[in-house]
Amino acid sequence: MPVLELREVSKSFGGITAVREVSLSVNPGDILGLIGPNGAGKTTLFNLVTGIYSPSSGEILLDGRNLAALQPHQITNSGLARTFQNIRIFGQMSVLENVMIGRHCRTRSGILGAILGMPGVKKEEKETRERCLELLDFVGLDVDPDEKASNLSYGQQRQLEIARALATDPELLLLDEPAAGMNLQETKEITSLIKRIRDAGKTILLIEHDMRMVMGTADRVAVLDHGTKIAEGSPKEVQRDPAVIKAYLGDEANVVA
Amino acid sequence: MLQQVVNGLTLGSSYALIALGYTMVYGVLRLINFAHGEIYMVGAFIGLTASQIAGLPFAAAMVIAMAGAAVVGVVVERIAYRPLRKAPRLAALISAIGMSIFLRNLALAVMGPQTRAFPIPFEVKQFTTGRLRISSFDVLILLTSVGLMLGLHFLVHKTKIGKAMRATAEDKETASLMGISVNRVIAFTFAIGSALAASAGVLIGMNFNAVDPSMGMMPGLKGFTAAVLGGVGSIPGAMLGGILLGMAEVMGVALLKSEWRDAIAFGILALVLLVKPSGILGRNLQEKV
Repeated sequence: MPVLELREVSKSFGGITAVREVSLSVNPGDILGLIGPNGAGKTTLFNLVTGIYSPSSGEILLDGRNLAALQPHQITNSGLARTFQNIRIFGQMSVLENVMIGRHCRTRSGILGAILGMPGVKKEEKETRERCLELLDFVGLDVDPDEKASNLSYGQQRQLEIARALATDPELLLLDEPAAGMNLQETKEITSLIKRIRDAGKTILLIEHDMRMVMGTADRVAVLDHGTKIAEGSPKEVQRDPAVIKAYLGDEANVVA
Repeated sequence: MLQQVVNGLTLGSSYALIALGYTMVYGVLRLINFAHGEIYMVGAFIGLTASQIAGLPFAAAMVIAMAGAAVVGVVVERIAYRPLRKAPRLAALISAIGMSIFLRNLALAVMGPQTRAFPIPFEVKQFTTGRLRISSFDVLILLTSVGLMLGLHFLVHKTKIGKAMRATAEDKETASLMGISVNRVIAFTFAIGSALAASAGVLIGMNFNAVDPSMGMMPGLKGFTAAVLGGVGSIPGAMLGGILLGMAEVMGVALLKSEWRDAIAFGILALVLLVKPSGILGRNLQEKV
């Protein structure tokens, strides 16, 4: 069973259809790359999957479960996490706290327990800290965990966002242009991180502008143009697809191939 | 002079308790909850009822007042603000003013217009050293306020719900994508802010031995002034703003005349809004809970 399945999903805003009858499925352990020119509907699709928007028609299934009736936080609880194209960490909180925020949907202790300072709560908080420190290590973020998050460099903030998303223990991780604004070296590191995340058993849906990165990372690629899916297949197949070349790659096709 | 400092601290800490509710709600919703002064009044009435009619001791009456006001605060948010969450902010502000008028009139209808006495349910001792006079009740006000503020600080910085509150204050949408139920966090924020207001209502009601339906108006405005002075959205700012405002009022009255009390407070409000609208601690991106 696919981890994520979209069945003829459409979304219109007033008279404009941003996403038109898109069907997609992401299989466990896959990295699916989603590409398309600016305004193709990639981010709208992400927002549909995470529950920020609800589809005008069609169904979105996470592990076979329809997401239509769920709030964004419930969707996160059922195993989906994302990062943002324009980084959205909690800048006023510490690096560690940012990751712990992600972890909290998996911990049990309630408000009352925290106020009363019950021992179980303290133990759980300690375990959460340790797990979050491990995650910072996993994404390769080597900074003081008590540093204010807004003091990190751009590339470090991206790593932090990924650590925070991983802290929610997602089955499916949505990465929205993780290499945007990064230099060659940082892009390389992010690529290897994405592969490590996949090797840790996660499924990944990746939106990316950097063609070289998508082609080198994704197992399968889907192409959106004007809100419609125009192609899907292995990176090689997609690169050769005339519709894709026409819509998106244009003269760049030679560079990528 | 030292006497004035003590008086200022006592008055100021009660302003701070009220200001915290304004600032916390502003932090998560960017809304000035103009019904907050009425929550303070409702808290005082609940405390009065628990203490006088049910004959409960001070601590129990206080806890019941705080819990009762927390429920009222949550209900107000649910019916008057949540449906307007996505509406223009002016709509929620008007709804808040409406809620304030509604609660005041509800109290008028239920409790009647007369001022009720709220005697302190234990014996008050006076400590005198030289020219300084402190009552045990002053001490209680200070200790309760400081205790509650320390508790709040712990809650916001050390607990899971506190982190969720800070995350929600920074970015609601991202917080919800981290598995935080934003509606629950907002409801919790209202509950805490309202409970703090109720504690101030009980303390001040006892201090002046008076509780009436319109008692929330002036302290509500003073709490708001204190929140703006400290930097609305900043918790330490609300505490500092409350203390400074209390001090300024007491000192002003000592130097001028007592009629100047409110003029001083609102003069400060006007001055802050003119000179530094973001307040003392409220830089634009300061921690906003």
